[in-house]
Amino acid sequence: MTRLLDLCSLIRSKNAGPFWLTFDFVAKDQATYERLRDSGVLTAPLFARLYGTDPAHVLIVHHDRAQAVKVSFPRPVRQGDLEDPDSYGGQQHAPLIDLAVPAPRVR
Amino acid sequence: MTAPTPPPEIRILAPTGALGAGFRAESLERGVALRPHVIACDAGSTDSGPAYLGSGQPKLSREAVARDLRLLLKARDRLGVPLIIGSCGTSGRDAGVDLVAGIAREIAVQEALSFKLALIYADQDPGHLAQRYAEGRIRPLDGAPPLDLHTLTSGHVVAMMGVEPIQQALSEGAEVVLAGRASDTALYAAVPHALGADPGLVWHAAKTVECGAACAVPPAADGLFVHLRDDHFDVEPLDPELRLTPHSVAAHTLYENADPFLITEPSGTLDTTDATYAALDDRRVRVSGAVYRPGTDYTNKLEGSQLIGYQTIAVGGIRDRVVIEQLPQLLPKAQDYFRAKIRDVFDGRVDPDDVKVDYRLYGRDAVLGPLDPARDEPVHELGVLITVTAPTQEIAHAVATFVAHASSHLPVPEYAGLASTIAYPFSPPETDRGPAYRFTLHHVLVPDTPHEPFRTVHEEVAP
Repeated sequence: MTRLLDLCSLIRSKNAGPFWLTFDFVAKDQATYERLRDSGVLTAPLFARLYGTDPAHVLIVHHDRAQAVKVSFPRPVRQGDLEDPDSYGGQQHAPLIDLAVPAPRVR
Repeated sequence: MTAPTPPPEIRILAPTGALGAGFRAESLERGVALRPHVIACDAGSTDSGPAYLGSGQPKLSREAVARDLRLLLKARDRLGVPLIIGSCGTSGRDAGVDLVAGIAREIAVQEALSFKLALIYADQDPGHLAQRYAEGRIRPLDGAPPLDLHTLTSGHVVAMMGVEPIQQALSEGAEVVLAGRASDTALYAAVPHALGADPGLVWHAAKTVECGAACAVPPAADGLFVHLRDDHFDVEPLDPELRLTPHSVAAHTLYENADPFLITEPSGTLDTTDATYAALDDRRVRVSGAVYRPGTDYTNKLEGSQLIGYQTIAVGGIRDRVVIEQLPQLLPKAQDYFRAKIRDVFDGRVDPDDVKVDYRLYGRDAVLGPLDPARDEPVHELGVLITVTAPTQEIAHAVATFVAHASSHLPVPEYAGLASTIAYPFSPPETDRGPAYRFTLHHVLVPDTPHEPFRTVHEEVAP
């Protein structure tokens, strides 16, 4: 089974300012990027379920030149607030690294 | 006013991602030898949380800031070009500008340097904010928290400046600009923008170098250099051991941005959708194709931070399987006990609702919270972070002492007698953490002019 980590040279979460979280999935090369992009595994409902956010506010961008898929949404808790467990947003990507990526469809 | 004709090449030296983060002195020398038109860097960020804006204290040490500033002031003196540093003192509060200005004056004396200094202050007057709020000229950005007049005016607020106040200070003769909160990109864009260069290229070049060599291979605390021409810019790392690749430069637009293609500035939006990145050789990249779209309104982003209380923490660990299993039942009971104890100890003078006792369980769900998909997996050891937040440090400390004590003797049903339920590594187990703050604003101000939110003071610095 292929996992996200098998396709990516970097998986990270970070703050995009104090009120947004952003996730970068940078693929290892063009072939793995296309597989990641076309697999459709990184979806708004997935992030809504994992992080308790509104799927309508999940922004998913395919950055072909950076060979990366980027996902951003408003932080469930503002950065540094009493309930915020991760001030830099630096470990929120953890549940995703072993996400199964289905085999490409045969055309 | 007609736009000036830009020189055929504008050179920008970005010595480091942040003043005080460091760079190799040899790298700066290499940048100086390339004869830049401007040296610029930022000295702050919100990335380390609300404490810096709330307290006015800087993140990086005075020594580290002075080390970098000394080298930059000396380089500027030799070149006779502007040195622009923004978001001074981490938060870009007036106190941060004054702190860095004080260091600059000391260095001037020690190194026998003279320069015209401009200080641009970004603190916001609560009365002025209240007026703009009433006029509907403080607008929420996507994802903004709810805002009311009290929240707006009770905390500490800075506005983020664009290029205009910096350009005005330079046109009035400043050689060194120490700015309060500023858009990182504005620091690099101010001079080429004033020289009439293509705005898409200017803002994209500024965005590319704002973190210094963080986008190099390998990432480093060091600098980058830009050659900006009429239809492209070339960017290279100053350290010959570092490389830039088309991929590493393109991927930098991802960093700490919600949208990698659209980057909002006070006067408009940088759109890098159609930007192209080409290798000039194995360490330099040529970039072109970004466009800058002027906005309908000029806006300054506001950042606010307010005091929410004082904290005392205790760190411990739980290894006993029985205690770990019982915690979900024990902790709510402990919370009930703490509320009663607060009423009792303070004889009604402290409302238990004003004190928060929080247990963060490392090994279970401390990092991801209650949605952690692995939170019910068995663990053999738990780290426990107890945080008490209260209206004063004295109350937080007093509550933490009995919280820490009670946490070490939780009433485990399986054990008769006084059980021992947590391992504390420190004596005393409680540590006062001081004031705690929260960010209050994700909003923009619509000013009458780009200069309205800022105040500039000029001075002659001489040894």
